[in-house]
Amino acid sequence: MAIQTSINGKAVALSAEPDTPLLWVIREELGLTGTKFGCGVAACGACTVHVDGEPTRSCSLPVSEVAGKSITTIEGLKSADGTLHAVQQAWIAAQVPQCGYCQSGQIMAAVALIEKTGRPSDAQIDEAMTNLCRCGTYPRIRKAIRAATGQAAQAVEGAV
Amino acid sequence: MTDTPTADIAPEAPHKRKGVKRRAFLIGGVAIVGAGLFGISIADSNAAKDAKARITGEGEHSFATWLKIGEDDIITIYSPHTDIGQGSNTGLAQMLAEELDAMWDQVRIVSAPAEPAFANVGLGRAFLADMTGKPAIINGIPESFLSFIARQMNLQMTGGSTALRFTGQVTFQKVGAATRLALIETAAKRLNVPVGELTTQDSRVIHAKSSRSLRYGELAAEAATLSLDNEPKLKDPSQYRLMRQSIQRLDIPAKVDGSAQYGIDFAIPNMRVATIQAAPVRGGKLTSVDTAPALAIKGVEKVIKLDDAVAVVAKGYWPAISGLRALAPNFTDGGHADVSTASILAAHDALFAKGEADGEAGEGDVQAGLGAKPIEAKYQVPFLHHAMMEPFALTAHFKDGKLDIWGGMQDPLATKMLAVDVSGLDADNVTFHPMIIGGSFGRRLPMYMEIVGQVTKLAMQLPYPVKLIWSREEEVAQGAYRPQSSAVLTAALTDKKRIAAYRNDYAQPESAESETVFPYTLPAVSRRHFAHVSNQQTGAWRSVNSTQQGFYNESFMDELAHAAGEDPVIFRRNHLKADSRHLRVLDEVAARSGWNTPLPAGRGRGVALVESFKTIVAMVVEASVGADGMPKVHKVTTVVDAGSIVNPDAAMAQIEGGTIMGLSSAIGEAITLEKGAVQQSNLSDYLLLNMAQTPLVQDIHFLNSGAPMGGIGEPGVPPAAPALANALFAATGKRVRNLPIMTQAKG
Repeated sequence: MAIQTSINGKAVALSAEPDTPLLWVIREELGLTGTKFGCGVAACGACTVHVDGEPTRSCSLPVSEVAGKSITTIEGLKSADGTLHAVQQAWIAAQVPQCGYCQSGQIMAAVALIEKTGRPSDAQIDEAMTNLCRCGTYPRIRKAIRAATGQAAQAVEGAV
Repeated sequence: MTDTPTADIAPEAPHKRKGVKRRAFLIGGVAIVGAGLFGISIADSNAAKDAKARITGEGEHSFATWLKIGEDDIITIYSPHTDIGQGSNTGLAQMLAEELDAMWDQVRIVSAPAEPAFANVGLGRAFLADMTGKPAIINGIPESFLSFIARQMNLQMTGGSTALRFTGQVTFQKVGAATRLALIETAAKRLNVPVGELTTQDSRVIHAKSSRSLRYGELAAEAATLSLDNEPKLKDPSQYRLMRQSIQRLDIPAKVDGSAQYGIDFAIPNMRVATIQAAPVRGGKLTSVDTAPALAIKGVEKVIKLDDAVAVVAKGYWPAISGLRALAPNFTDGGHADVSTASILAAHDALFAKGEADGEAGEGDVQAGLGAKPIEAKYQVPFLHHAMMEPFALTAHFKDGKLDIWGGMQDPLATKMLAVDVSGLDADNVTFHPMIIGGSFGRRLPMYMEIVGQVTKLAMQLPYPVKLIWSREEEVAQGAYRPQSSAVLTAALTDKKRIAAYRNDYAQPESAESETVFPYTLPAVSRRHFAHVSNQQTGAWRSVNSTQQGFYNESFMDELAHAAGEDPVIFRRNHLKADSRHLRVLDEVAARSGWNTPLPAGRGRGVALVESFKTIVAMVVEASVGADGMPKVHKVTTVVDAGSIVNPDAAMAQIEGGTIMGLSSAIGEAITLEKGAVQQSNLSDYLLLNMAQTPLVQDIHFLNSGAPMGGIGEPGVPPAAPALANALFAATGKRVRNLPIMTQAKG
């Protein structure tokens, strides 16, 4: 039985086995490869997408659980005319990515954080941005989040 | 050929030289090849023709292998390096475009085809000069011979922080400059004016006197027929318009909208997905496996047995991994069941006790200088895993006698040649298509890329294309780890707080001698290597031996400073040459970090000074220990002298990231062994530093001394661990001698 859901604003009927993690449905059935496989155990966050607006590690969520829900992937962040989301623009301005593999997940986590908090503090950034990056782009991720929310680029130690 | 001064060419293909480490590989093999400047010499005209045929279409003209100018003014540069995210391709493009005076918006840089015609022959000469300081050796070797050997070695590697300092400086700047001269010569003829009256800017040759100019695109066809100047004069840095500028990286836009295609993203119609498990005890073999439980899973199509592994082929990754997990394969332990982290430590201790070193270097009479009561400290560091975020993934398709492979590896040409070997096909029938790499840090080097052999073996027996993806569990358990290593450091101090003699005994598989630099001037120094090899595969981990050697030496220097009752910065100063680059870097970091200023209670500062890959880095870490016992890094101040910098912002990113990788390994990373097998299973128990653990403040400064260009991808790593350990000592009085700081007890 097909699973009805919505991906990046489009209604889709998914044919995958119900226990298949959402990640593999997005990548292999829908061909949206911007969402990455990193660990398979929700430890790294490379597979982060939004499920009804919540940042979700799609490698560990069976597709059966997203029936009737609305999913956004990195490909769905741009506006209809192709303009990049403000967070994506901030990512380019701060020259965040190195290898870039974790960045789709980082951006999805950051967008969700900003939607929730408006102007996240450093402590809120620390708490929400648990996605791993082996290249060590964390300082620039912080800088981009701060810039995207109208805050000074440089964090100040001790400020909350 | 055998009577050249460089006859120690290893006879086997690169991948067969197991256990030969990256540096040794370069010295024993590639470094000796030297190079024709442009890769294509007269005697190598077949390669030149081949290169040209592979990249030029209608209206496109090839220059010196690596450059193509279109009649539409589009300039395409073919990079023999793999940009793993360090920004090296943008830097290489800046260097070539600078000397060419190209219009930046019209410059593209792509991966060179993984073909012998594009072997990176420039890298070999530079490496030899770098390692031996005797460029005369290579100058005596005919260029045609050198080009030939570079192709024989399949050299197309990225590693050793070499892209800009070698390929960039030795080849790409000169290609740009020589091509510019050919374009000017062509324009002079066409405009009928002297060459001296012409200038270049934004991809045009300009004759100011007559207000005429010609586009590079309209000169390219004719210019491409000229022979290029092999030693063109390069620009004075004061004329730079692109180099030394923080130009935005060319690869970044595709990495923020999900469109960048990594190896794991490749797909073609009819493709199947496979995943694999090799013997958990490295060296073991597959003895038997009941395939039925996997085949019972919907979507699983085949279980394939290899000599030391079992693979499951399915319609997608999920059924493949589900199938693999359903299996209970039987592997031998290869006789390694008694290998453990503890057994390796015991073996190191036994070697030290025996005292028979496998290699020794240094100067002065250390034994006499140490006297009867030297200061001694023992250090231990664990195996480290690369943990690149993209697990290994390659797609292969064997059809009509031809094999195609897609994915990201650090040496595309060596990847192709390994597939040639494993498949038994002719080289002309094997093509490797390089794709974007999701991190590597040394893991995807040609000496240990077993996935190439695996996917080739699968594809050769399947009627459809197959993408082989390693699970993260496989990736953690089957690494090419930075070796577990131990060291005993011994020294004696004079009554004037100076080191009289210094000994560094270290145990690990390979000697670190060729790549580590000890910056201090001492009357007597000895470095002794004690070789111990376990069943684990070890390899180059970002900055290679400089990580553990930096930790040993800079921790011990700190201990000696305290033993002498001297400030750690002053103690180091007293052992550095006056006016040396090292001294300047150290003084700068002391000043910028406020070394002598007061700190809040519970915090300490630690300093470390490490040179690696010809770049000198000094780092001051401010740290404390949190209520949870975890070290907390508050601030890092770093001063870097890499000679000169091509792209300041990209270089800054490398130092930021390198520092974080160094801190990460010091705080939480360890691969441990029990019964010959790796105990960690995923990123849930191989712990990488996260955002909250990253210091809020990283203050990084470059001193551009003008010395020969050093590397930038690796040198940020080594000082981080000792600077942190020294800071924790200053904060707590407890000396960190074993890494990681947070021991990951397991089991």
